[in-house]
Amino acid sequence: MSFEPKLVGFLCNWCSYTGADLAGTARMKYPPNLRVIRVMCSGRVDPNFILEALARGAAGVLVLGCHPGDCHYTEGNYKCQRRLPLTRKLAEQMGIDPRRIRLEWVSASEGARFTQVVTEFTDEVRALGPLQLSDWTFDSTSADAQLAHESR
Amino acid sequence: MAKPKLALYWAASCGGCDIAVLDTELKILDIADFFDIVFWPCAMDFKYDDVRAIPDGDITLTLFNGAIRSSENYEMAKLLRKKSTLLCAFGSCASDGCIPGLANLTSAEAIQRYVYEDSPSTVNPEKVRPQTEWHVPAGTLRLPHLWNTVRTLPQVVDVDYVIPGCPPQPDRINEVLTAVMDILRNGSPLPPKGSVLGADVRACCEECPRKRDVKKLRKFVRPHEIVQDQGVCLLEQGMICMGPATRAGCGAKCVQAGVPCRGCYGPPANVRDQGAKMASAIAGVIDSDDPAEIEALIDSIPDPIGTFYRFTLPSSTLRRRQP
Repeated sequence: MSFEPKLVGFLCNWCSYTGADLAGTARMKYPPNLRVIRVMCSGRVDPNFILEALARGAAGVLVLGCHPGDCHYTEGNYKCQRRLPLTRKLAEQMGIDPRRIRLEWVSASEGARFTQVVTEFTDEVRALGPLQLSDWTFDSTSADAQLAHESR
Repeated sequence: MAKPKLALYWAASCGGCDIAVLDTELKILDIADFFDIVFWPCAMDFKYDDVRAIPDGDITLTLFNGAIRSSENYEMAKLLRKKSTLLCAFGSCASDGCIPGLANLTSAEAIQRYVYEDSPSTVNPEKVRPQTEWHVPAGTLRLPHLWNTVRTLPQVVDVDYVIPGCPPQPDRINEVLTAVMDILRNGSPLPPKGSVLGADVRACCEECPRKRDVKKLRKFVRPHEIVQDQGVCLLEQGMICMGPATRAGCGAKCVQAGVPCRGCYGPPANVRDQGAKMASAIAGVIDSDDPAEIEALIDSIPDPIGTFYRFTLPSSTLRRRQP
């Protein structure tokens, strides 16, 4: 069986979420891998939301916002545009492929573009394979076993 | 009445936390008078067996500094947890991993290979490495293992309180220990479990006396590259100052000496991941909407993980670098 990535999407309420809605009402097809979280603005997406999603089992994170100049709050998407490259850089230095984090602009009328972005991103992350964080959880069972062995 | 018992221990740490306790100056005499110090490897001669002989829960308070990065550190963390009524993660190493935690950017194998084989000053043609097990006629000798991943104290055992800082500032230690002694004398209630003691809930900027205005940056600089304006926010002057993502409590000593905050008090109360919050703050002050220019500015930050997570990598969301 081929790998099916779990993806988390942060979609801005005013443009991209409405765009996704349009894709749905128009019955456009796209892969079911994306779990959508609606946020009021792409500027609301804290870098830790993205890292947290990756740490808790998402294989990729997609952030969708209004096109530059179209932000409902004037400049939230510009904030996001500055945060995302730095978040990708942090992920990269932590050994996580930065292609797992993507920012795209999708307007309320771009249902077709939404399906295209999700399809592309799903294909890309599927090709990258699963993200398994090694040695992330503290394994007390094996730490205790090692101690028992040493104190024999 | 028997005196309350106090223990201090160092795991993976530099010893600075122990020195900070001694830096409470005359207060140390009160502490030594009030408590029966039952274990303090840095300052007094005790053996691990002395601790093993103490009844469970008999130590009133243990100040545990240092990260957990070897089986020995882990053994002592478990032992002191069992023997103590109150276990306190004392200092940045115990609470967040601190400088030893930066080892999570590499692996135990890579560290040992560099130290025993590859470093320029090493002559070791036979590639001899320290062994954790050695057979002699009298039996087998065993030494502790180095862990691949550095952990914080709260990640491996239950912790009652946290006192952050690298090291915790002596005046704050003084405050906390005075409060603890008062509580033990009067029998008044202890702070709720999990409290962060000897620090504020807000960000370091709240304590900083420098003047803050609009932050708009097109260039990051390092402290030696410019002549500082002594009264103005260091971040505004282009230096990466961790103040916005760091817990207050130190009294903003570094920034008052003209050095940008390095973030040793860890994240403020409402922040989970110090580095991610700092990334957010830094992105907020970049004065550009041009993707190429933004990318270039970000690339000019040397070692973002080492800068934003200098003290908190093991307690961060991602915890360690992936191989």
